[in-house]
Amino acid sequence: MFAQFADRSWLWAAAGFYLAGFLLGTWSLVRGGRPSGSANYVLILAGYALQLVGLGLRGRAVGGCPLGNTFEFFQFTAWSAITLYLVVGVTFRTSLLGYFTSCLAAALTLVSLAISAWDATRRAHIFGTNTWIEFHAALAVFSYGVFGLLALTSLMFLLRNYSLKSKHLGGWFSFLPSILDLDHISVRLLAAGFALLTTSLAVGSVYWLRDLASVTVSKLLTFGLWAAYATALGLRWRGLLLSRRFAWTNLLLFVAALLSLGLVDANRHPNPTPTAAVAKP
Amino acid sequence: MSTGGLFVIGASHHRAPLAVREKLSLSAEGAAALHEELAGIAGLREFTVLSTCNRIEFYGVAETPETTAHVTAAFCARQQFDAAEFAKFRLSLRGPAAVQHLLEVAAGLDSQMLGETEIFGQVKAAYAQAQARGATGPVLNRVFQKGFQAAKHVRTQTAISEGQVSIANVAVELALNIFGDLTDTRILLLGAGDVAEKTAKAFQRRGAAALTVASRTLEHAMALATALGASAMPFEQHAARLGEFDVAVCATSAPGTIVTLAAAEAAIRRRPARPLFFIDLAMPRDVDAAVADLQNVFLYNLDDLAKIAEENRVARTAELAKCRAIVIAKADALWRQVEAQVTANYRPPGTGDPAREPSST
Repeated sequence: MFAQFADRSWLWAAAGFYLAGFLLGTWSLVRGGRPSGSANYVLILAGYALQLVGLGLRGRAVGGCPLGNTFEFFQFTAWSAITLYLVVGVTFRTSLLGYFTSCLAAALTLVSLAISAWDATRRAHIFGTNTWIEFHAALAVFSYGVFGLLALTSLMFLLRNYSLKSKHLGGWFSFLPSILDLDHISVRLLAAGFALLTTSLAVGSVYWLRDLASVTVSKLLTFGLWAAYATALGLRWRGLLLSRRFAWTNLLLFVAALLSLGLVDANRHPNPTPTAAVAKP
Repeated sequence: MSTGGLFVIGASHHRAPLAVREKLSLSAEGAAALHEELAGIAGLREFTVLSTCNRIEFYGVAETPETTAHVTAAFCARQQFDAAEFAKFRLSLRGPAAVQHLLEVAAGLDSQMLGETEIFGQVKAAYAQAQARGATGPVLNRVFQKGFQAAKHVRTQTAISEGQVSIANVAVELALNIFGDLTDTRILLLGAGDVAEKTAKAFQRRGAAALTVASRTLEHAMALATALGASAMPFEQHAARLGEFDVAVCATSAPGTIVTLAAAEAAIRRRPARPLFFIDLAMPRDVDAAVADLQNVFLYNLDDLAKIAEENRVARTAELAKCRAIVIAKADALWRQVEAQVTANYRPPGTGDPAREPSST
């Protein structure tokens, strides 16, 4: 009975659940209470399941991983961040990470749904029969999801650092994890995201090196982003990029990553799918 | 409504000054002996003795109103305390008021330090001890077990236990906000006086294991280190070895600065990825105030800690009305569950009519 709903309807519903998680947490914080970790987790899980159905339908319609336009990039990035949160978030269930994650997921999904131009052109079979290139693209965007979660833990680090330095420890600052825990999880997320992006680029390079003409500005941008994350990780491991500077770097790099997603779409070889071929709401 | 034979009598910090509480305090042997005596009182069906540094309370189920007087007499005789004098400080509640009191005590609402959690464990221990000795029965079992649930409910549904209200515990709470877990946190105590000792013990209660003491008098450092199960270090080494520690509790009586900006900079350079937390409890201050501006370094002095403790205390007080509302509702429901059992074998004075029993004092 649900087959009649188009992919965007499922994705709107998913965004609604993410937004509900964010609003519920905000309501708790405004009332001076701790956001319910389990309630937030359930809402995110429900949104995740709906998003999975929506992306699955879109994937079936376009004949591959739905990474054909900016809308799909943003949706896939949000889905990746949530995937990771559902795995690691159990540890942080009561310490605001769920609240921040629902905020990020709601923002990414709602913005992508609201800007209809981002989904005006749908591309089908963009990876042809080459599953390696599809794997490369999916892994790259998944790494952006990891970097999204890293941006959240970095933001939480900055807030915790501010509360400790300014000696404002009450209110919702008291629900934040310790500054050392946030630093450790950030380093691990950076390492994991970098490993995923490196693997993705390594797979893609096998094909690009055979056809240098296919190396577009967008691919160079991705390499540039990879180099920036590599530098950040190297400097962190050497003890040269620490504390607030490390957190700010992670935040700014994620903003750069999101901007680069738009450029990837803009630089793509035109291969639009006829509207009729893809279900629209 | 009959209040029946459920009672609590005793004395607490509210009415009994410290000098009196010292005299009323029960030793372990005294408590055991008193248990034997109370068990021998005719008409005392069930009882539990709660003895802490701030209160001595007897919870029981009596068959006659005179039973409580026998309990008081037995206690005063054992403590060699004048019964008439005891009456001046005595708390005496019956029926639902006694149930409500137990819930308030277990939830920390009746504590000197509002919302403290240690009392919950003490009430549990007192009940377990009475149960092991066969002194409890169906009424006290239900009242205490349901009382523990109610106390937990109060703590989880309100902010009565949020934030620390003592200087030492605020310092430990801050360390937890920085390091998360204190098990592997290395702590340096600069100074070996009372303040350093109290703070060190607060850290140990929260799991800190690696403590080092440095004092300008090495003997004092060694004495405190022995008492704490810590290690001692010559005071002259503190600047050079500062980078080995995560937390520095500075509580010397030195007239000037002990930890300079240069020493703190050198310390953080040795461990750049790990925060360094200075707790300056000294007056005059031990740590150069400029240290607070260093990245990954956190500095809190006595005023900062006192301000946080006071804010937390005010926040807890603001929660009191909400807590009381919960406790009254829970106590009322609990009393209705045990009322029939409490009054079943109760013989009020004179008429034998439970309805004419005087209400709680």
